[in-house]
Amino acid sequence: MTVKQISVFVENKIGNLAEVTKILADAGINLCAISLADTKNFGVLRLIVDDSYNAATALKEHGFIFSITPVLAVSVPDVPGGLYRILTLLEDNGINLEYLYDVNSQKMDSACLIFKVERPEDAGKALTKHQVHLLCQEDLKSLI
Amino acid sequence: MGNYFQPEIECASREQIKAWQDERLVKQVKHVYEHVEMYRQRMDEKGIRPDDIRGIEDLHKLPFTTKDDLRDQYPYGLLAMPLSDCVRIQSTSGTTGRRVVAFYTQHDIDLWDECCARAIVAAGGTKEDVVHVCYGYGLFTGGPGLNGGSHKVGSLTLPMSSGNTDRQIQFMTDLGSTILCCTPSYAAYLAESIIERGLRDKIQLKAGIFGAEAWTEEMRHDIEEKLGIKAYDIYGLTEISGPGVSFECEAQTGMHVNEDHFIAEVINPKTGEVLPDGEKGELVFTSITKEAFPLLRYRTRDICILSHEKCSCGRTHVKMTKPLGRSDDMLIVKGVNVFPSQIETVLLNKGYPANYQIIVTRVNNSDNLEVQVEMTPEMFSDSLSAIAEKEKELVSALKAMLGIYADVKLVAPKTITRSEGKAVRVIDKRNLYQN
Ligand SMILES: [Zn+2]
Repeated sequence: MTVKQISVFVENKIGNLAEVTKILADAGINLCAISLADTKNFGVLRLIVDDSYNAATALKEHGFIFSITPVLAVSVPDVPGGLYRILTLLEDNGINLEYLYDVNSQKMDSACLIFKVERPEDAGKALTKHQVHLLCQEDLKSLI
Repeated sequence: MGNYFQPEIECASREQIKAWQDERLVKQVKHVYEHVEMYRQRMDEKGIRPDDIRGIEDLHKLPFTTKDDLRDQYPYGLLAMPLSDCVRIQSTSGTTGRRVVAFYTQHDIDLWDECCARAIVAAGGTKEDVVHVCYGYGLFTGGPGLNGGSHKVGSLTLPMSSGNTDRQIQFMTDLGSTILCCTPSYAAYLAESIIERGLRDKIQLKAGIFGAEAWTEEMRHDIEEKLGIKAYDIYGLTEISGPGVSFECEAQTGMHVNEDHFIAEVINPKTGEVLPDGEKGELVFTSITKEAFPLLRYRTRDICILSHEKCSCGRTHVKMTKPLGRSDDMLIVKGVNVFPSQIETVLLNKGYPANYQIIVTRVNNSDNLEVQVEMTPEMFSDSLSAIAEKEKELVSALKAMLGIYADVKLVAPKTITRSEGKAVRVIDKRNLYQN
């Protein structure tokens, strides 16, 4: 139900970011979604890729520090209140949302958002019960 | 000719100075042998009896004292008087986090004040002056030392302590401060602030006595020009008493050591051999008049040159150069002693690898300390706030250990420069020492 997100520690230097993307490109890895969260001194680059295992191996080889985090890829109906409904469902189930960002794809007729929540398994269950569509890693791959 | 606080001492003949030193050293050695276990043991080990020390020509026979000894003997090991005869302690940070505590009897405070009074008078101070002290007060010796000296001179003393620049400037203008005592970096900062506020015409400063950190001739000229004063250097260390161990006269060509209280030597830091005048080496002091905390041949780790050349001011006491460097890895940041080992201790305690780099810069005449720490898989998490929280924890642990704020910067692994497998721990970009 969840998808694997790779979170990479990056210093706030353009070179550092460029290096990560180059390592992934050299390893033939495609990005499904990408988001950078940063503070004054450092950042965490969050990635969903088509081949998490090989991406992790490549990053490790180059000495990068990263972690694998389970997140939800949620299909959000492109109608007014679509996101509101999903957030309400999470709230009603007492699940905290830490952050979200979107998956950029032209091949979709609805929006897809990545949700980082406290209890991803519970959150997934609560959402699917209410007919919210979750995408799996394979689904995301097909969007590239 | 200059201004002296005690001309009969400050301008005494070299024979007289030697006679004082001989007599006082002999007495001091007996005193520490009788009252300080560590010295008695060390002298016994070397087979030296107090009677073997008949004058300063025998000084080289005595054991050295190091900062590590002070740490090991903390708090009472080096105390040479009953605690009931002590009236004050002052303290400074030591290696690996343990502080150095120095004790003073009233006699010790008086002689320290006297030394500071000589510095103030040498800078032109009289009882008509308003002495503005913005060194820190408290355990740090800067504030109390100059405060006591100013009282001895009979000047009006403003015990401002550090910080609150607006208030400093207000008192300075309203009360007509004439002599400013603080760290050179704070003096430079004050100068900027006064000019920014357009108050340069409202201040009546004529001199400044600046110490507790290294500063360059360029910085001196900058401060002198901006404030319209003459800037005097002062040197000292808590272990020996505090500021005023030596001070600059109007010749500004080195600092006269108060030799009636402190014997200065310069040694080869590797061999311990005493070096002649004019040679660069580690400065060593023996306090010959202090009662409570007398140290024999204390190794300051400051690299200096001594000169007995006649000074145009008329003083006869030996002059030392500004410290030209350090023989250990101690840094002085914002007037505070910082040892890389202290930072290492904090990192290890907090579960970080001892892989770090300290970067010291001086921006707008204010020191900035940055500690770069390499990120590890254990420390890393997807949550920015969790990382920021750890960073914050580290900042407060460093603050508790060092007494000053250090900026923590988490960097990517293996980005800290290594040379021949050994990390370069300290990058001091201030270029404080001139050669
Ligand atoms: Zn002189």
